[in-house]
Amino acid sequence: MPLLTVTDLRTHFHTRNGIYRAVDGVSFSVERGETLGIVGESGSGKSVTCYSIMGLIPQPPGRIESGSAMFDGVDLLRCTPKVARSIRGKRVSMIFQDPMTSLNPYLRVSEQLIEPLLIHDKLGKKEALARALEMMEAVGINDAARRIHFYPHEFSGGMRQRVMIAMALVTRPELLIADEPTTALDVTVQAQILELIKKLQSELGMAVIFVTHDLGVVAGLCDRVQVMYGGRIMETADAMALFGTPLHPYTRALQRSIPGLQPKGKELFTIPGLPPDVSKPIPGCAFAARCSFTAEECIAARPELVEVAPGHSHACLRSQKGEINVASL
Amino acid sequence: MPENILELRDVKTHFPIQTGFIIKRSAGAVKAVDGVTLSVKQGEVLGLVGESGCGKSTLARTILQLVPTTGGEVILEGRSLTKAKKGEMLKCRLDLQMIFQDPYASLNPRMTVFATLAEPLLVHGICRRDEVQLQVDDLMRKVGLAPRFAKKYPHEFSGGQRQRIAIARALALRPKIVVADEPVSALDVSIQAQILNLLAQLCRDMNLALIFIAHDLSVVRHISDRVAVMYLGKIVELGPALDVIDRPRHPYTRALVSAIPVPDPAAEKTRKRIVLAGDPPSPINPPSGCAFHPRCPYAIDRCREIVPPLVPAGDGREAACIRLAEIPQGA
Repeated sequence: MPLLTVTDLRTHFHTRNGIYRAVDGVSFSVERGETLGIVGESGSGKSVTCYSIMGLIPQPPGRIESGSAMFDGVDLLRCTPKVARSIRGKRVSMIFQDPMTSLNPYLRVSEQLIEPLLIHDKLGKKEALARALEMMEAVGINDAARRIHFYPHEFSGGMRQRVMIAMALVTRPELLIADEPTTALDVTVQAQILELIKKLQSELGMAVIFVTHDLGVVAGLCDRVQVMYGGRIMETADAMALFGTPLHPYTRALQRSIPGLQPKGKELFTIPGLPPDVSKPIPGCAFAARCSFTAEECIAARPELVEVAPGHSHACLRSQKGEINVASL
Repeated sequence: MPENILELRDVKTHFPIQTGFIIKRSAGAVKAVDGVTLSVKQGEVLGLVGESGCGKSTLARTILQLVPTTGGEVILEGRSLTKAKKGEMLKCRLDLQMIFQDPYASLNPRMTVFATLAEPLLVHGICRRDEVQLQVDDLMRKVGLAPRFAKKYPHEFSGGQRQRIAIARALALRPKIVVADEPVSALDVSIQAQILNLLAQLCRDMNLALIFIAHDLSVVRHISDRVAVMYLGKIVELGPALDVIDRPRHPYTRALVSAIPVPDPAAEKTRKRIVLAGDPPSPINPPSGCAFHPRCPYAIDRCREIVPPLVPAGDGREAACIRLAEIPQGA
């Protein structure tokens, strides 16, 4: 049984300018110990999906219209606040993109690190501090015994992200949700943090949902990848299959617009047009307006995510019928 | 052989640090740019890469004389910008333009696209008032925007479109050299590709020299003819783009290249990654000798003492490492 099963999640934001369908019918599952990558451009709904699972959507204006997120038999979207609190921060934790704004600047790192232990594990302060210190060392902070009493501003960006990771992992969660944890960091520091997440994952045996816009990061880290666009899942497969034989035109288009994969000097492939306006209902495929294979059926009805090979599903009508071969582009 | 349009000779930009509340005392300096010698030819794209804090943005601002230089000389077509008087500088600015990273912050929210693009034309007296409309339309078409959007304000555009406006503004004066400071870092992949194509095409069409600053090596590799790698205010490796990025020589460049994630799971599984320990050191108190030695896997005692000069390392490339010959190639 999967650790987390999300079914038909719809998170909409009701604003004066209309209803923004940030997440519009997303279903996926995460197995124990697995790393799932969620990729997409800004506005594709990848972060909102995670925030919904964690119950971090401000309501109003946000509203979870439908769906469920079953975590080990508990629906995270519908359980009582008390049950949610006992899971969140203990069995499911999250790290955020910007380590500067997600740590409390007024509190010493030690206080922030032991807080989940005091609340969830009912440890004494001394014991909690010892556990926190262990975690600080595990994430590779030198001189942890002294630096655990520092304030966040006394750490560099990479070190702060390590503190964030230590904080998320100190309760030994079963699921870690990482929302663009390396986007604000330099490549050399990014490499350190990715290695660290990999190492800790194998040690603790936890599942990871890794949200990013960088296909390169996903390729190195994730077992399975799902591509999101306009609040919907376009394609999901294991990393090898997704990069080797993409079946959805959007996945292939993303791949082709990365400079690293194209011969130098040649013009890069570009996706014409702009990302979809999610404030208006999109009856057909969300990518239809920018896709080079759009047919009438694509605009008429919303394509379903269909499993075409074991573990490989996508939502392109024409590719499902075998009318187009995306990988050969 | 086109001549050098821009030359930097041992350029230094230091920012003094003052302590004390009433009686100010100097307490050292941040050596943001510390002795950079470079040249750019007409129509050439020079990529400038490095981690944050390595001084690449300060170097860009130094080239445009937006910050005072501490030492050395910036020479644009034989005219020294560092010694130029105010009036001369204004003329030089015609040839020297900049594109900034954040298209949300670099455009005036109260000016329409038309006003933004017309201002430099009028200030520098490039064309008569009645010709401005024509010129602006032409500029907008050049960067792929429909002229009917001229009456709109920046907030009505998406990030990619705003960056197009910023590019049009930089090109309005027909400069000879454009400095682009991380012009695509704030954009999504699909939009990034559009802007990169546009920049490459404009450079070809207008025979424009471009200094392209980025931290993303794959982007730099794609667009640049030559690449300069900076570390702590100094250039550590300089050479043809493909050579430097595909076959790096300097230990820092190697680590930087190996840290880029490759969007191919098969390649990711097999390749070796050099993970550098620690963070880049502070430019206030740089390490002695080679600034990279505390993080360098090949460092020896001599690296702590000698500041390595940038020396030719074969095939048109220069590198600043005293152990260059001893380090196995292609490792």
